[in-house]
Amino acid sequence: MMRMLKTMPPTAILGVLVIAAYAVIALFAPLLAPHAEAQIVGAQFEPWSAAYPLGTDTLGRDMLSRLIWGARNTVGVALVTTALAFGIGAIAGLLAAALGGWADLALSRLVDVLMAVPALILTLLALSALGPGVANLVVVVAILDSTRVFRLARATAMNVMVMDYVEAAQLRGEGTWWIISREVLPNISAPLIAEFGLRFCFVFLTISALSFLGLGLPPPMADWGAMVRDNAALITFGDITPLLPAACIAVLTVSVNFVVDWMLHRASGLKD
Amino acid sequence: MLLNIEKLKIEARGEEGWTPILHGVDLQVAKGEVVGLIGESGAGKSTLGLAALGFAQGGLRFAGGRVIFDGTDLLQLPERQRRAFRGRRVAYVAQSAAASFNPAWRLLDQFCEGPAIHHTAGRAESEAFARQLYAAMHLPDPENFGLRFPHQVSGGQLQRAMVAMAMACKPDLIVFDEPTTALDVTTQIGVLAAIRQAVETTGTAAIYITHDLAVVAQMADRIKVMRHGREVEDAPTRRMIEAPAQDYTRSLWAVREFRRPPRALPQASAPTISIRGVTAGYSALDVLSEVSFDIPRGATVAVVGESGSGKSTTARAITGLLPPRAGHVALNGTPLPPRLAQRTLEQKRAVQMIYQMADTALNPRQTIRQILSRPLQFYLGLTGRARETRLNELMEQIELEPARFLDRLPGELSGGQKQRIGIARALAADPEFIICDEVTSALDQLVAEGILRLLSKVQDETGVSYMFITHDIATVRAIADEVVVMKGGRVMDKGLRSEVLDPPRHAYTRELLASVPQMDPDWLTRRIAEGAA
Repeated sequence: MMRMLKTMPPTAILGVLVIAAYAVIALFAPLLAPHAEAQIVGAQFEPWSAAYPLGTDTLGRDMLSRLIWGARNTVGVALVTTALAFGIGAIAGLLAAALGGWADLALSRLVDVLMAVPALILTLLALSALGPGVANLVVVVAILDSTRVFRLARATAMNVMVMDYVEAAQLRGEGTWWIISREVLPNISAPLIAEFGLRFCFVFLTISALSFLGLGLPPPMADWGAMVRDNAALITFGDITPLLPAACIAVLTVSVNFVVDWMLHRASGLKD
Repeated sequence: MLLNIEKLKIEARGEEGWTPILHGVDLQVAKGEVVGLIGESGAGKSTLGLAALGFAQGGLRFAGGRVIFDGTDLLQLPERQRRAFRGRRVAYVAQSAAASFNPAWRLLDQFCEGPAIHHTAGRAESEAFARQLYAAMHLPDPENFGLRFPHQVSGGQLQRAMVAMAMACKPDLIVFDEPTTALDVTTQIGVLAAIRQAVETTGTAAIYITHDLAVVAQMADRIKVMRHGREVEDAPTRRMIEAPAQDYTRSLWAVREFRRPPRALPQASAPTISIRGVTAGYSALDVLSEVSFDIPRGATVAVVGESGSGKSTTARAITGLLPPRAGHVALNGTPLPPRLAQRTLEQKRAVQMIYQMADTALNPRQTIRQILSRPLQFYLGLTGRARETRLNELMEQIELEPARFLDRLPGELSGGQKQRIGIARALAADPEFIICDEVTSALDQLVAEGILRLLSKVQDETGVSYMFITHDIATVRAIADEVVVMKGGRVMDKGLRSEVLDPPRHAYTRELLASVPQMDPDWLTRRIAEGAA
């Protein structure tokens, strides 16, 4: 562990620190935030002051508190969505690689169809049909995102399936589940974990974009994407407050990418 | 002196900085001389061979010494000028021709690339030279041979085409890096003859790298034995073979003498495995036609033949991975269901397999303990202390210390140790029959001998039957009780080892045996005179 830290490039260390800070803020949001999430504490659009360090929003809610709550909501929902996307995509991809034949064909073509339609349009359609709500949002985004995980999991698993140790397990009489979980999965975990980081960024951005469009997390939940939209009017007055949630999104995305770059590099086995 | 390598040191980048892999090695090659470099893997022979081109592979660096080629120290030159030497004055022939040719270019175009880059000959001139070399190397239809793509010619022909390509600029020195290791013996002899002829007619000097002593004895004027990045011994070929001075050299020479003592096979009513009229293949193509032979209880049956003869396909038919189209395989007289999925756990347990490449046969993410525990639990239901006891027994059987090895990952083991774990995994199932698929061909000769001794010992202890797939006749002579000779998916000859091999009964067996290089340095000369190549 210490050796790993020593070989980490500075960008990756910065990324890890930022991610850790976000995690702390998200976990301890109720303790850290001076006010409740939806509590109206003052007038609309109050400027930065001692009472409200970042001013108030369109409804008079404390900006700082909502940023802190937003870390919990936006990051939490993105994390759950990515995990679900990985669960669906990785299992389907591994099954396709292990079973081959018809199962592979059916799953792969289904994924092709889903990928053929632009993801954002499909998401908007599905969410309009199902109605907004956290559960719908998570399920729709996860299913659409799992297609890319499926492709990666299937391709990397195919390379492992032809190894002699998999044949040895097949000859032993092991079932599909054992082969997938014990023989194949540990050997493709490095690229999958790296992909998890990247997917998390995309899911996070998608959810922020949907919130900005009004189809994301339902109000009054604090959400960084929606916060940009709600306070966008302030930009015309030269106030940078509406850009703060956008900055939160950007900083987290860049940090995750720093870490993922480093992990991909390690997984590739390149020395330089 | 054409090439004079002095006190060459090369280092490799590791986890903890740079570690030396060549510790100050000298190598001299005179004009027109062929020097053989031999040693086990990791000895640094390929690194030394590439250093003759002033080249170090990725992750390696020159750390001292000089590489003087015809009066110029290559290591002092800037990379641009060093490149002018490569191909023009020093050429390189790699082990795998298939991986070294560009699959999208015709052979002739690739041949003409060197002369074009170095401006040694025009297109028409080098095409004519190519045809001349193709003819000299007995390639089919030399006029049009160069118009083919690499995938349109056989492995042996491709290797000869690469030797021809190395000579395109008429270099002073050619480095041959295991040029025949990937080839069958029957193909190898043609390539060896072509290399010999090319070197003799042009007077090119050569460095011939190999781990096969018999091959180097044919090719080299002088042999240098290397180990762990140091020189062990350097002497003219005949003296080196007849009177090696160092213990290590003697041990290398003695490897081929391992013979299992003759023994009486237990008489059993039914053979462990009997294969009856098996025809099998992929899609419409039959790879095996009506293959029949028996594996008697407690016996070792060697299946020999060149690549494509159907040896491995027979193994797949026996294990149920490739259900036969016709015929059947019986275990102890009871026919086995053709598909693996239809077989009972007991039937699966009885038939085990050991693979050629121990690297890919062991899951790199499982510890040795996990790898060996699974069959114990899966087949025999062993858990807890009973499993631990059996694990220790298995490790002792394969002569590895349980305490030191059980919690390691396969990547932390040497090639020979990994192969021993492969054997232990098969033994863990307590099988009646083990298929050994070229288990020693990826290993150095000393290590391979250890594996053969181990397999013999295990058979004496447990009475397990082996089917030993190999293309190496020396291995067959070392351990087989019976021999099955295959060619083109058919059984050419079968019977007791002495009946099949001494003297060879079938014409194809004769050809196979005659193609195996002997330690006698005059063997290739005699074979060429007999018209074999």
